Amino acid sequence: MDLNLFAEHTDTRWEITPHGNMRVPAVIYANEALIRSMDEKVYEQLCNVATLPGIVQSAYAMPDAHWGYGFPIGGVAAFDPEQGGVVSGGGVGFDISCGVRTLHTGLQREEILADQQKLATELSRSIPAGLGSTGRIHLNDTDMEAMLRGGAQWAVAQGFGNADDLARIEEDGCMQGAEPWQVSAKARQRQRDEMGTLGSGNHYLEVQHITTLYDEDIARVYGLHVGDIMVSIHCGSRGLGHQIGTEFLKEMATSAVRHDIHLPDRELACAPINSDIGQRYLGAMRAGINCALANRQIITDLTRKAFASVLAKAELRLLYDVSHNTCKLEEHEVKGKRRKLYIHRKGATRAYGPGHADVPETLRSAGQPVLIGGSMGTASYILAGTAASEQQAFSSACHGAGRAMSRHQAKHQYRGREVIDELAGRGIIIKSPSLRGVAEEAQGAYKDVAAVVDAADQAGLARKVARLEPLIVVKG
Amino acid sequence: MPSGRATGPTCCEFIMDTYWEHFEHGADIGVRGVAPSKQEAFAQAAVALCAVITDIEQVATEESIAVSCSAVDDELLLVEWLNTLIFEMATRRMLFARFDVEIDKQQLVATAWGEPLQPDKHQPAVEVKGATYTALRVAQDANDSWRAECVVDV
Repeated sequence: MDLNLFAEHTDTRWEITPHGNMRVPAVIYANEALIRSMDEKVYEQLCNVATLPGIVQSAYAMPDAHWGYGFPIGGVAAFDPEQGGVVSGGGVGFDISCGVRTLHTGLQREEILADQQKLATELSRSIPAGLGSTGRIHLNDTDMEAMLRGGAQWAVAQGFGNADDLARIEEDGCMQGAEPWQVSAKARQRQRDEMGTLGSGNHYLEVQHITTLYDEDIARVYGLHVGDIMVSIHCGSRGLGHQIGTEFLKEMATSAVRHDIHLPDRELACAPINSDIGQRYLGAMRAGINCALANRQIITDLTRKAFASVLAKAELRLLYDVSHNTCKLEEHEVKGKRRKLYIHRKGATRAYGPGHADVPETLRSAGQPVLIGGSMGTASYILAGTAASEQQAFSSACHGAGRAMSRHQAKHQYRGREVIDELAGRGIIIKSPSLRGVAEEAQGAYKDVAAVVDAADQAGLARKVARLEPLIVVKG
Repeated sequence: MPSGRATGPTCCEFIMDTYWEHFEHGADIGVRGVAPSKQEAFAQAAVALCAVITDIEQVATEESIAVSCSAVDDELLLVEWLNTLIFEMATRRMLFARFDVEIDKQQLVATAWGEPLQPDKHQPAVEVKGATYTALRVAQDANDSWRAECVVDV
């Protein structure tokens, strides 16, 4: 990206002055190296977001931003319904509430090495992954309705995990305002056999060990120590979320004219929050969030059982579960006034700071955990939300490394077998049904997650707490 | 770049190519169908879609399903067509490799040929989540060849 596009900047905050139809500035949080390597579509898409009605303060992009659908991936934007603010399916994404949850195991690295292969085999056997895989849970109409309404709370009531898990999930595991009746028959049909499945592409389950702590105080509150074995699960709302995204994108794209909304990009399809279609989308999207939360809760239960059969000593306790494709109604301070705003985070993670009432009491003094997945075979990070983050980008931070190379290029540059062997040489076991899928997810195809996380820390979006490296990767 | 090519009629004036290919996109992948007719371009775009998931040479074309869809214009029809196939593949757990497509105004009727998905045989690389409006285009080129393309989210 051309640095001359920015009227003003600091080391970590790059501002685009409103021009054309922009109602507010656009701001990218990144260091200079990340800005230079960022694709120019991020600039174009962020400026487009800044034209939407009812947008508040600025349109924001995170350090890992890249070309998305209407919104850049890594995009954050807040809208005020009382000022004609809109809700956008593109600002949430197809994979509604895709997110990460990270669990403690109570084990240290040396305690699993002898059983690493056995554990990898048991996890890949137990957790359905990849296209065509089906879960062992098949929902009838009543179950589907209850799951869309209840999310992880429903899953716990069905016997997947325990009630202690719920406080460690955003929204206590159940998104309020879900309206299952807004979810189409097709979306339900797509989900019927997919509960408790990992999906494919960049979704994964990883067994990791903590290599470094950056903030001892926060690490103590989170219960993290060097050498701890952790488990992270990255997946979303599967077929149901995708179908909701597809259907409402189509409806909003064709209805924009009726609402007098000029779309600079058809993909930025949106509708006024206070419109029939806006409300229907919110109801369906919230049900989609519940589907993702339920899915991760079921996979957690499968993971616990897999561990129990190999390492009976393990006790998997949830650290936290974050979602990074959502639109949520939140209260934020804008120019000294508290306002209720609809915050879109598309490939961005909520990052509430210390003391926030919505952070679980046991973690509140440190701020919300922000879980950043690396690419396959690279490090992941745990960060903590900061007090400053609210003013920066409505308490938001990055979500991962972002791709540096298209899937197309990656599958020509990397061979799945070689990637698997190279990782094995570093002590990392990968289980995947597809060599091509492995090639497309190779480390070199992604940006440097360490640089992204450093930039987020320097910009005040979230504070670095711990670094983790994988030992086992199960991907679809 | 992965692609599949079949020559058009060899008699009479022109040999116009009929093929599918993928094109670049940062996070995901573009699918493109090129053919002398719009319907065949749509069919080729669908083959390109399936080739995102698997090596289509590995997909036997012995079973078929009938699909239909409609939209307000050609471009939205392409997205609708691809999303209809994505839905059918997901819910029937099938993969397809060949399509017969008819389009009348913006009504599409088609037969999709394929077989049940077998992970060991087909080794699916990714699941396509949906067709998008990014790089969406359905138009005739200067040489009257039809191109139908868009980016799909994986």
